[in-house]
Amino acid sequence: MTLKHVNAVVIGSGAGGGVVAKELAEAGLSVVLLERGRWVTPDEERKDDLRNQRTTALGVPYGPDEEREPRVFVDPQGREQVVWPADGAYNNNAACVGGGTLSYGAMAWRYMAQDFRMKSIYGAPAGSTLEDWPITYDDLEPFYEKAEWEIGVAGDQSADPFKAPRRRPLPMPPLPDGSETRLLKPAAQRLGWHPFYIPMLRNTVPYHGRPGCARCRWCCGFACECNAKCGTQNTVIPAALATGHCELRTRCIAAEILLDARGRARGVEYFDADDRRQRQTADLVIVSGGAIESARLLLNSRSALFPQGLGNRHDWVGRNLQGHAYSGALGLFDHDIYDDLGPGAEIAICDFNHGNPGLIGGMMLANEFQRLPYQFAGHAPPGVPRWGKAHKDFMRAWFRRSIVIMGPSQEMPVFDARVQVDPRVRDFWGLPVARLSGLDHPHNIELCKFASDKAELWLREAGAIQTVRRQKTQQWLSGGQHQAGTCRMGGDPQTSVVDRHCKLHDVDNVFMIDASVHVTNGGFNPVLTIMAIAYYASDYIKRTWRGGGLR
Amino acid sequence: MSRRTFLRASSVTLLAAPLVRWPSLLDSPHRFLTASEAATLNALCARIIPADEDPGAAEAGALEFIDRKLIGYHRRHQALYRAGLAGIDESSLLLYSREFARLTPDQQDELLHRLEANDVPGPTWARIPAREFFGRVVEHTLEGFYGGPRHGGNRDAVSWRMLGLPTPPVRSRRPLTADWP
Repeated sequence: MTLKHVNAVVIGSGAGGGVVAKELAEAGLSVVLLERGRWVTPDEERKDDLRNQRTTALGVPYGPDEEREPRVFVDPQGREQVVWPADGAYNNNAACVGGGTLSYGAMAWRYMAQDFRMKSIYGAPAGSTLEDWPITYDDLEPFYEKAEWEIGVAGDQSADPFKAPRRRPLPMPPLPDGSETRLLKPAAQRLGWHPFYIPMLRNTVPYHGRPGCARCRWCCGFACECNAKCGTQNTVIPAALATGHCELRTRCIAAEILLDARGRARGVEYFDADDRRQRQTADLVIVSGGAIESARLLLNSRSALFPQGLGNRHDWVGRNLQGHAYSGALGLFDHDIYDDLGPGAEIAICDFNHGNPGLIGGMMLANEFQRLPYQFAGHAPPGVPRWGKAHKDFMRAWFRRSIVIMGPSQEMPVFDARVQVDPRVRDFWGLPVARLSGLDHPHNIELCKFASDKAELWLREAGAIQTVRRQKTQQWLSGGQHQAGTCRMGGDPQTSVVDRHCKLHDVDNVFMIDASVHVTNGGFNPVLTIMAIAYYASDYIKRTWRGGGLR
Repeated sequence: MSRRTFLRASSVTLLAAPLVRWPSLLDSPHRFLTASEAATLNALCARIIPADEDPGAAEAGALEFIDRKLIGYHRRHQALYRAGLAGIDESSLLLYSREFARLTPDQQDELLHRLEANDVPGPTWARIPAREFFGRVVEHTLEGFYGGPRHGGNRDAVSWRMLGLPTPPVRSRRPLTADWP
């Protein structure tokens, strides 16, 4: 069945797609926004410590569908395994209106200027496809600012001397210090470091018609019941719908991008909420499904012109899958610290993002989000058994008397860490599923060791009587909620998938607008960069749009 | 084939297979477990988080949690539990000439350490690794002990009280004990 033609169809309503839908709808384009998940309202949140997007012992409340959407994971020994959204190897990100931004921790980092020029600064290590971005921090700066003000960021990074230049401060102040900050901030200063308040996409005061944070500690992995956390589902998507030019369709699974005889995209075929095959034609097709699903959609869009998948003439689609290996340490103290105040993560340093002797890149370090009892039971140091009285004693002694510091290490992209489509396994709708394989770069382990060293130092200075390293010690495939890199942005069509405006090199009306275009992923949570790129690419589309197509 | 269909099909196969004992639940107060399986599992839970000045996993209702989840989210582990719980009693009878639930706590701990080390006698463990089964029971017992009371475990939030968490900590619009489908 063919639906009414529109100017743009946007596939995926997360950090990227939500922003694009709003920008294009406000510019007067007719937009259809397809989302494979459902719309979650704030009062649906169950605050279930066993069933949330971060602790998945009893599943994932915000998708993807746990009975319809498997993936295939290939381990380093080459063994294949069918995996489901609650399994770690699935490398899940939420599938609902707002995507990951409904239930994220909401750290809102700008990448540093160096993060866009990694190869020029460090040179690519053996085994890595490390490269510079074709755009710079300065190109994105106005769009970072737009994201901060339109979607809403609180925090105070003024004490950080390493941050890239910015024209405007953040729109909202940080929350008052919690008990961890009262220990960690002076400790970092004594070490000569530069602690500051983490920028977060979370209202601390009423902003844009929504209330400030109630400081519950059930935050990262959960939807916000008081609607203080700012995702695309409660900011730009309602704004897009309010224009009257955007239609949101939920529970819609994109099957393939359709081409005409001249090799331009005609639209997308998808399965609607009743599992009926639909065809939505559009002048522009915008793919914002996240690094894994966006690559899968291109690879599933095969035609005579693109037998290996759309935009994949040079076999770069799905390559360079990366995320963030987190490492740090747990510090045990001889006094009570736990204050039950959310969101938990408050204080950070960027002293070690760059300029670390012998290392490429680095990481932001910050204290951790919430501590829930079941989750903490997995934190016991080596030597403490998982069960029995010794386990119980550990929990009783340290649950309230500990701090965790962690950071996301900047990863070196690897060509063979990749998304393919599986030749055999299909999802509920008969579409080949994503097949994940490969390993991250060994340099990531060096960075993680360094992160744990610095976290231990910080915790000891803050008074920890014992520290327990929480360090990645082996290579694995990295992706997860910070998944990125599978449709690299670049100037050379032979070694990248999209151009500097997120447009496929090979098809001039298909855009990839999500973390799949990231050349590198910074030593930071990537979401604000995804939003900034979405504003940046939307700006290009609006400037070149001439009713019915691009100029 | 969706996973639900697959699970349904595989459990039908298990029911039909003559080698797998799928007992009657007519005399059991539980949802999935028979009375004797429940006694064995409860004894396991009581050693995984033992009672001392604070209640342990048995007092917290970890058994209720696991039984409930074995017909819910953890239903894919049904066959593992059915075989593993029988296997533990088999090993216990071989080593101590008594069922697991009737051993002394020290004997029980000794057997559990041997399970963890894959060093237990009995035909069951040729089919399922002892360590894998025990690891799964530990994981589910921790869920039942520390997880939200709404799932049937952590009765009266005993583990949260033990840790000094404000109780109830859930600033939710819905009642704490509301069941999950």
